[in-house]
Amino acid sequence: MNRLSRFNIVSLVFGFAFLYIPILLLVIYSFNASRLVTVWGGFSTRWYVSLFQNQQLIDAAWVTFRVAFLSASVATVLGTLAAIALTRYTRFHGRILFTGMVFAPLVMPEVITGLSLLLLFVAIGLERGFMTITLAHITFSMCFVAVVVQSRLLSFDRSLEEAAQDLGATPARTFFSVTLPVILPAIVAGWMLAFTLSLDDLVIASFTSGPGATTLPMRIYSQVRLGVTPEINAVSTILIGVVGVGVIIASLVNKRRDVQRRRDEQVAAQG
Amino acid sequence: MKSLGSIRRSFAPWADPNAKPFIAFENVTKRFGDFTAVDNLTLHVYEREFFALLGASGCGKSTLLRMLAGFEEPSSGRILLDGQDLAGIPPYRRPVNMMFQSYALFPHMTVEKNIAFGLKQDGMPRAEIEKRVAEMLKLVKLEQFARRKPHQLSGGQRQRVALARSVAKRPKVLLLDEPLGALDKKLREETQFELMDLQQQLGLTFMVVTHDQEEAMTMADRIAIMDKGEVMQVATPAEVYEAPASRFVADFVGSVNIFEGRIAGRADGGVEIATPDGITIRADDSSAAGEGTVWYAVRPEKIRISSQKPDNPALNAIEGEVWDIGYLGDMTVYNVKLAGGQVVRSSELNSQRTTHDPITWNDRAWLTFPADAGVVLTR
Repeated sequence: MNRLSRFNIVSLVFGFAFLYIPILLLVIYSFNASRLVTVWGGFSTRWYVSLFQNQQLIDAAWVTFRVAFLSASVATVLGTLAAIALTRYTRFHGRILFTGMVFAPLVMPEVITGLSLLLLFVAIGLERGFMTITLAHITFSMCFVAVVVQSRLLSFDRSLEEAAQDLGATPARTFFSVTLPVILPAIVAGWMLAFTLSLDDLVIASFTSGPGATTLPMRIYSQVRLGVTPEINAVSTILIGVVGVGVIIASLVNKRRDVQRRRDEQVAAQG
Repeated sequence: MKSLGSIRRSFAPWADPNAKPFIAFENVTKRFGDFTAVDNLTLHVYEREFFALLGASGCGKSTLLRMLAGFEEPSSGRILLDGQDLAGIPPYRRPVNMMFQSYALFPHMTVEKNIAFGLKQDGMPRAEIEKRVAEMLKLVKLEQFARRKPHQLSGGQRQRVALARSVAKRPKVLLLDEPLGALDKKLREETQFELMDLQQQLGLTFMVVTHDQEEAMTMADRIAIMDKGEVMQVATPAEVYEAPASRFVADFVGSVNIFEGRIAGRADGGVEIATPDGITIRADDSSAAGEGTVWYAVRPEKIRISSQKPDNPALNAIEGEVWDIGYLGDMTVYNVKLAGGQVVRSSELNSQRTTHDPITWNDRAWLTFPADAGVVLTR
């Protein structure tokens, strides 16, 4: 293995510092006893306590979670269907248009997506709130799911489906007992991506929300404008913690499965 | 069980004019856009036959198999199975099963579940499924691997799971697409005989697609040799090898020497062929007639090589110069260049460990073969 040169070490240190010092600061100051965010006044967990008494923040978190869960689930179903249509039915009319339309939200500026959705909701007279945020999130996260699932479907061995049909499974049974289980990891990954995208969206939610439905990013943003309290640091730290734990568990599970798989394959090759 | 040889010798339904074909392709054509994969093909396969479709890639053999399985519909013509027209019947309702080249094992299911998959689709009671799966596992000797997933198996074991899964439903016909293609040479040879035993045990009709002529020769009762969507010859392995119908077949199966010429005369039930290089070959084959060009095809192992001209005037004898020698262990191959520039191949079986009369590079040598050693071809 190549040893790290001095240049590599320096650039690595700067890179990590650039990425993590702000986050570290944020975490440290969440335990600040002082009311001022930038002046250290001793260790305390009072902001965590006050956080759990802040009904507005808790409500916002609950709204965010419900929006993310619902929109990710619907987007996964729609995105998966779109991916299947794009990979399997390669000869239908207007396929290129459909492909373009599915993938356009990937590159569309969020402001435009948000604004156009807002105009639509106003035009059809839909009352803005929980429902409209969810619909908006479905719209933009669906295409991410479609991309993830499509890449898995492209490498899918079609002879698996033929084998299932050959053994007497109707096309519907084939889909549910063979295709779906095989592409499930990609669908789960798509769902998780959609969930996170919805969780941290601020722009589109701001455009499409109404009274009574404020998401956590919106709440944090509006509080920051009135002045940052260490409460914000505390809520951010909790978010970072949740995400961090999730990432670590996912990678551990993945790694273990990889190791297990490699060991199995070795055993199989010897046996 | 009777020995394979004795069953095989007596098994020849294709020679019986009253026998009904089990699978019949009748004037079947399949086009993909401008490309014609199968061209007006008629082919009959009989019950319990081990039938091989042999050809280079792209000759239409796999398309033929896929049409029988129901994954492709013929553009014209019809396919009958046991008298029933298969047109419009989807793959999941056809009484045929297929073993895929990639095996197509379901990666998320154990070996047991893979084998049980087809039985479950038929709504077979669970106890019966378990019994049949156990039977199949025993048949392919994988009892202790029942709970493993496909990625935990070696290539040979995967192949056997695929086989067990495809015969579990007791199909009328088993289709095998390059069944041994992914195995290494030694395993392939063993598995050939296992497949033959299995076919005899189960009494099924097997239709196998392969590009490997040795595989087809070893396993099949009859071989159909295909080229560009057409069948060139359908015959037993021995007939294909010893009595090929055309230069294409002669050249495709094994190696062959071909002399081009015209019929110059007839003598005691045979013909004399004169080549442009001034060689005259006597052939015990009076079927060929006419004025056109004919070809005399003779296999290398039918040609003897010696340093002296043989005394027997009844033999064909051609003189040449030894150009190349290939020592293969069990046999030695000599490439001999004739005066006209044609290179003729002769192979000698090394039945003794040493020889007293070694022939070496650049020696003058005589190639001899009897009049019945080869066949006269007109196409």
